Amino acid sequence: MKILLNFLVFPGLLTAVCVGLLAGWFDRKISARLQWRVGPPWYQNFIDIAKLFGKETIIPRSSRWTFILSPYLGFLSLVLAATVLGKVMLWPSESFYADIIVILYLLTMPAVSMMIGASSSRNPLASVGASREMKLILGYELPFILSLIAVIIRCQDSIQLGSIINYQASFGSNIFSFSGALAFIAAFFAMQAKLGFAPFDISEAEQEIMGGTLIEYSGPLLAVFKLTKAVLLYTMPLLLICLFMGKDLGWMLLIPKYIGIVLLAVLIKNTNPRIRIDQALRFFWGPVTIMAVISVILAAVGL
Amino acid sequence: MSIKTKALTKSIWVFHISCGSCNNCDIEILDCFTPRHDIERFGVQLIGSVRHADALLITGAMNRKSVPRMKKIYEQAPKPCVVVAVGQCALSQHMFRYSYNVREPLDEILPVDLYIPGCPPKPEAIIAGITKLVKKINKGK
Repeated sequence: MKILLNFLVFPGLLTAVCVGLLAGWFDRKISARLQWRVGPPWYQNFIDIAKLFGKETIIPRSSRWTFILSPYLGFLSLVLAATVLGKVMLWPSESFYADIIVILYLLTMPAVSMMIGASSSRNPLASVGASREMKLILGYELPFILSLIAVIIRCQDSIQLGSIINYQASFGSNIFSFSGALAFIAAFFAMQAKLGFAPFDISEAEQEIMGGTLIEYSGPLLAVFKLTKAVLLYTMPLLLICLFMGKDLGWMLLIPKYIGIVLLAVLIKNTNPRIRIDQALRFFWGPVTIMAVISVILAAVGL
Repeated sequence: MSIKTKALTKSIWVFHISCGSCNNCDIEILDCFTPRHDIERFGVQLIGSVRHADALLITGAMNRKSVPRMKKIYEQAPKPCVVVAVGQCALSQHMFRYSYNVREPLDEILPVDLYIPGCPPKPEAIIAGITKLVKKINKGK
């Protein structure tokens, strides 16, 4: 019962969706202000979701059930990741063994579900988007996992988020060391790509391939994908806070940290043009991976 | 007024179809999204795929090549979806009236909900038209 409540209401579904939609509004508002526009009101993203749930769903002549079920697959597994993460942040002693690996796997699911849905829609542009998404995953997962390994080595080889938080609470945040700072930068770029923010929004390029992976989705199914994006915007910054700035997780410090990370992501999004997929791969497997490897070596040395 | 129509009027996602226009109307539509007019204040967004559209903005004189394609696009849009004719060409064929290539005006092909006249219409005229459309939907339809 408590687990169900955790999943559906507090650290899970409802909280994640509300915070994520508000963060999405924050993104749109900051982008608008940077372009000297006024920007939408704070409830805009909630209204978008409500409207999409009232629209007609068109299912193309395709593999019907894969098309319908894949958004829910990504959404529910991501909400599970958000629940695990939220519980750990509230009660670090309640985390179970190797939950960092569970979260790592669950965070890949939205991209996988997007690929499945896009390729089952039989739209050529959607399949282009799906293939780009796949290459992007291959690109950013490597430095992301390497930076996680750096954190794990720093925190006395612990693959449990609770003890990583406890370690930081007693020995200071990871980001204030050389290895932690480098790993944070690498993980931050991976987060940017996972969120689909601007230098890496290659799979959903609105102008080139008209929405890419989402092109055939309409109505409630599109709303589920938008909610997945919102929950991702809630989960990824919290994970980074948890791994790199876990010293003080009280409300008064958690909220400025969260807003700071989202703000940095939005600023990078607004000041960089979209890059090609080969450039993205070269970027992730080149400088970012080298940075992550150096941080792993530094962490092993003990810096 | 139900939540559904309220939400629809507060977040109109617009898909833009050009059926052989001279591009002036298209530029004026894009002008609505620039800092001076910023139509995103009202939740209006320009989107890339018809499947996400709530309104179709159609510009240009309907020539023989583009009419069947436009009909196809209209059939692909998910259904509470309004059609807006932007510019004099879409309204009345304007100077192409007796052209060999242009047969019928837009409202003989699709059910048009809103006409925005002008050659090209100013961004202010487009915004005024959208507020009229919102009022019309709110009144009941």
